[in-house]
Amino acid sequence: MDLILSAFEILMRWDVALALLAGSVGGVLIGAIPGVGPAVAIAILLPATFSMDPIVGLTVLLGIYGSSMYGGAIPAILINTPGTAVNALTTYDGYPMTARGEPRRALSLAYSASFYGGVFSVVCLILFAPLLAKVAPLFGSREIFLAALLGIILVVVAHRGQALIAGALAAFGIFIQTIGLEPVKYSQRYTFDQDFLGSGINLIVVVLGLFALSQAFVLLMDEDEKVHLTKLRGGMFQGLRELSRHPRIATVSASFGVLMGMIPGVGEFTAQFMSYTYAQKTSKRPQDFGNGSSEGLIAAETANNAVPAAAMVPLLALGIPGEALTAMMLSVFYVHNVVPGPALFQNRMDFVVALYLALLILNVLVLIFLLMATKSLIKVVKIPNRFLGVCILTLSFVGVYSLRNSATDCVMAAAFGMIGYILKRLSLPAVPIILGMVLGGIMEVKLRAGMARVKEPLDFIDRPVAFILFLIIVIVLVAHTIRVLKDRKERKEAEWQTKTSSTNFGGLMLRRKSSFLKGRGKQVRARHSKLLRRLTDLF
Amino acid sequence: MPSEREHRFVGPRRGQLVFALAFVVIALLLLSQITGQTRWVEKTKFVAQPRFWPAVGLGGMLLMGGLHLYLLPWRRVSRYDMHEVRNWGKVLEYVLWFMAYVLAVPLLGYLPVTLAFVPALSWRMGYRGRLMMGLSLGFALLTVVLFKSLLGVKIPGGAIYEYLPGALRSFFILYL
Repeated sequence: MDLILSAFEILMRWDVALALLAGSVGGVLIGAIPGVGPAVAIAILLPATFSMDPIVGLTVLLGIYGSSMYGGAIPAILINTPGTAVNALTTYDGYPMTARGEPRRALSLAYSASFYGGVFSVVCLILFAPLLAKVAPLFGSREIFLAALLGIILVVVAHRGQALIAGALAAFGIFIQTIGLEPVKYSQRYTFDQDFLGSGINLIVVVLGLFALSQAFVLLMDEDEKVHLTKLRGGMFQGLRELSRHPRIATVSASFGVLMGMIPGVGEFTAQFMSYTYAQKTSKRPQDFGNGSSEGLIAAETANNAVPAAAMVPLLALGIPGEALTAMMLSVFYVHNVVPGPALFQNRMDFVVALYLALLILNVLVLIFLLMATKSLIKVVKIPNRFLGVCILTLSFVGVYSLRNSATDCVMAAAFGMIGYILKRLSLPAVPIILGMVLGGIMEVKLRAGMARVKEPLDFIDRPVAFILFLIIVIVLVAHTIRVLKDRKERKEAEWQTKTSSTNFGGLMLRRKSSFLKGRGKQVRARHSKLLRRLTDLF
Repeated sequence: MPSEREHRFVGPRRGQLVFALAFVVIALLLLSQITGQTRWVEKTKFVAQPRFWPAVGLGGMLLMGGLHLYLLPWRRVSRYDMHEVRNWGKVLEYVLWFMAYVLAVPLLGYLPVTLAFVPALSWRMGYRGRLMMGLSLGFALLTVVLFKSLLGVKIPGGAIYEYLPGALRSFFILYL
């Protein structure tokens, strides 16, 4: 109780209140505009938050992260275009509801489910915080190294069908993080005697390039789409009532969200997928899923909104971000010399709880805002794409230039913007680059520190947590290999079934080689030849 | 008809081969420079060598990028690939717009340049009506006021502000 009171004390400031309001309203707006995700907004606002107090800056960013998914449900339901990437599953059941004339029901249900997910996860984490504070100190350098390694591996293998290129891009991130002056031996790495590379490539420059500028380029090169909006009539409160009829699905989905959010590199998509599958399997009307099922909508929206609070756990407790948005937030901590990690959980528990409480208040604010203002809010969906591109390009300048007032940074951000644009055109992920950069840096420091007291390779995993993490890494890699082999087998089978070209005789013989050499084959052929001989003898 | 491997490939075909080739070539070139660009320090553990992590990064890029290239279902650059490369090149126009904006701000000041840049780029994108021009001007003004005047982000005053009279000059440098 004391902890919660002291956390409230941290939050009782006018600038924190303003940050909460700005974060919630801004986040909803950003989420509601298709084409501007929370990543773009956080990347742009990041340098502006450096001059604020850590709690104020983080509240704004966390607010945008937490509330963008509420906003993202609006275009997903009304025009079948997810506002943020994680609202993709909302379109499955949300849009069919709009199509049959129930947009208001779908929206209010989405808000209520999101609210439940958000609040559930925050309450869970506040309750778990003391337990986490006990576990966090068990993580030394080796464990943090292994956890970071696990994070990278999970991010890579999560890109099904693209794991190799995702791995290569993560390695690219690890490489660009090494450019510049090496801090221990003071030697230059890959600077090519250029002064501007001496201090390394700034994470924020890369983030702004890969997320904000590339998105601006995509929008500028795109065509404008015509948007038809359905009119909303009536109140927005019926969703809360409908949600209360499905407490089991909402709770299980929120739990999936919390669990998946805590694991680095897994995040919203897996949580949504698992809860949607669960809801469909246990539903009395599974045939409705994908055709406007309220249970499907609840599963999708509850799971994705339970993730932001949980995603803060590895960041705060171990200093390891699990995805791009928390990786960006890490730089806010570093700028203020607050190093997230076990020490933060032990010494500044009130700060951690304050962040969670801020997220809780934020959810309430967003729900109130949305229930009141949805009708006027939906107009932002109509902003034309290319004009949005102009706006993002203008705002990206603030982000990059205010960092060090350097034109070289802007050139580098533009170059990364082009890389990001190419990746988007090819449907390749940019997130592994960012995580490679952040986790690569952490791994370098922690491996060096961890190896100082290690004589034999096996000593590295002689502590229980390190051993468990190592075991998980092995299991993940083995599971991934099995999946790749299974996919390969399926592909081969499909290739064989769909083969239309004529099969040559030599190939046919070669494939039947083993059957020819087996005893049964010999018997059959002997019988055939006997019959053939009898037949030929007749003539 | 696309083969099963092409059918199961995640993402569009155009440009994949060119990207994978370029990625591997760059990784190879960078890796070939490793002895000159990093140092090997005597009496230091292998994992603490300054060369270790660049080698991990570049090795990973080369190995996994190479495997990705090898497993691509296409072996020849088609004309659609070249169309795509040209599309990547078209982005350079907006990169130039951005860089012109960046270079003009320290000379002419944040507010005047933004007030000119946003409507100009909107005009270029085809929004020439009165409403969109007004919106772009409003957006430009709002951006400057929000970020520089209210949030106080570090953007230097333009060189042109030096010619303004006393009090106005410091106001412009600080807030606009």
